[in-house]
Amino acid sequence: MERGKNFYATSKGIVVVGAVIGLLAPLLQKFGNPGNMGICVACFERDIAGALGLHRADLVQYLRPEILGFVLGSFMASSLFGEFKPRGGSAPLARFMLGLCAMIGALVFLGCPWRVLLRLAGGDGNALFGLAGLIAGVFAGTLFFRAGYNLGRTTKQTYGLGLLMPLIIVGFLALRIVFPQIPGEPKSGVLFYSLKGPGSQYAPLAISLGVGLFVGIIAQRSRFCIMGAFRDLILFRHWHLLSGALALFAAAWVTNILLGQFHPGFVGEPVAHTSEFWNFSGMFVAGLAFALAGGCPGRQLFLSGEGDGDAAVFVLGMITGAAVAHNFGLASSPAGIGPHGAAGVMVTLAICIYVGFTNLRMTEN
Amino acid sequence: MIEKVDARGLSCPQPVLLTLSKMKEIGTGEIEVIVDNETSRENVNRAAGSQGWEITSVRKESDEYHLILRRE
Repeated sequence: MERGKNFYATSKGIVVVGAVIGLLAPLLQKFGNPGNMGICVACFERDIAGALGLHRADLVQYLRPEILGFVLGSFMASSLFGEFKPRGGSAPLARFMLGLCAMIGALVFLGCPWRVLLRLAGGDGNALFGLAGLIAGVFAGTLFFRAGYNLGRTTKQTYGLGLLMPLIIVGFLALRIVFPQIPGEPKSGVLFYSLKGPGSQYAPLAISLGVGLFVGIIAQRSRFCIMGAFRDLILFRHWHLLSGALALFAAAWVTNILLGQFHPGFVGEPVAHTSEFWNFSGMFVAGLAFALAGGCPGRQLFLSGEGDGDAAVFVLGMITGAAVAHNFGLASSPAGIGPHGAAGVMVTLAICIYVGFTNLRMTEN
Repeated sequence: MIEKVDARGLSCPQPVLLTLSKMKEIGTGEIEVIVDNETSRENVNRAAGSQGWEITSVRKESDEYHLILRRE
């Protein structure tokens, strides 16, 4: 389809997209998703890792349809508007490791950049430290960019290869439809389900998938990215993406108040712990990893739906990171950080810095 | 001679970084920026506007956009 001006990429468009996501996320919570977790890309990919049995933390196992919708919505929008471009080959291993590190950092904090804003909008003061960590991590990433950091150029790939990630997602969706949860049972066919905890809290399939598809479409059109919001402000003084992030926060805050979901405080907030230092540090690592990889976890899903194989590798790195985080005791819980969470933050920080320093090169022109 | 920035195959923020760096280097004149996706085209557009550069032409060649940026 030949397009005219893309409304969603305008200043008004990005604000509308942010506000719509900010409205839909608390509604998903109302329909059953966990507290301040209407949408959380990191948490939901962690739940998917659990549903597939890659980790066996029995509180966080559910094949979240929102994530599937994000990729498929982006695939549909990019195909319709001539933006589906199979590409890849830009340092895939580095991107896999950045995805893995990002997930471990996010699970020390307990949330992705979207959930940082959603937790704040639900009144969770602990997320202030996560927000500060995210901004500081992205800032550290911009220092690498200023020094010439670059993961190299992508090359065009075949249509079939670009289709691979959407097809994997279709396969996941088929599993979710064929093996729905059996009440009281921890397993249905090959899929694991949670009987309590966040993994047991979910909106009905049609609502989750519908919202996921819709968000996938509008986010692909608008290039919505919360990491990019801070990066572009720091690097270029551009407010464009940040205006979308601010709209998400404002809309989620108002919606939470209207739905009676706004509970300001620090203690007893849903799926959160109160360690200021580790909330900051976890999100610092995640922010640095997202910056070095060129997108927040949501954006990586949308890019993977557009045929970007490197973004797909990042997503698979995140899912693997979730498995590592839970199997090795790195992930936090409301009781505090995991037994090896501190080591996890240090090792992943070292990996991010290694990737940063080993990819300082001047781009050839 | 027109200065060139080849941002094909690069993901954000590289196309904008390279374009801004070239703008800084030459101050005034003409730059041809080549990108291979719509997002980079929009980002370079926005960056040019914010720096007071005018987009004098956008040429689409197969999957690539050739943008001419000018500042007197």
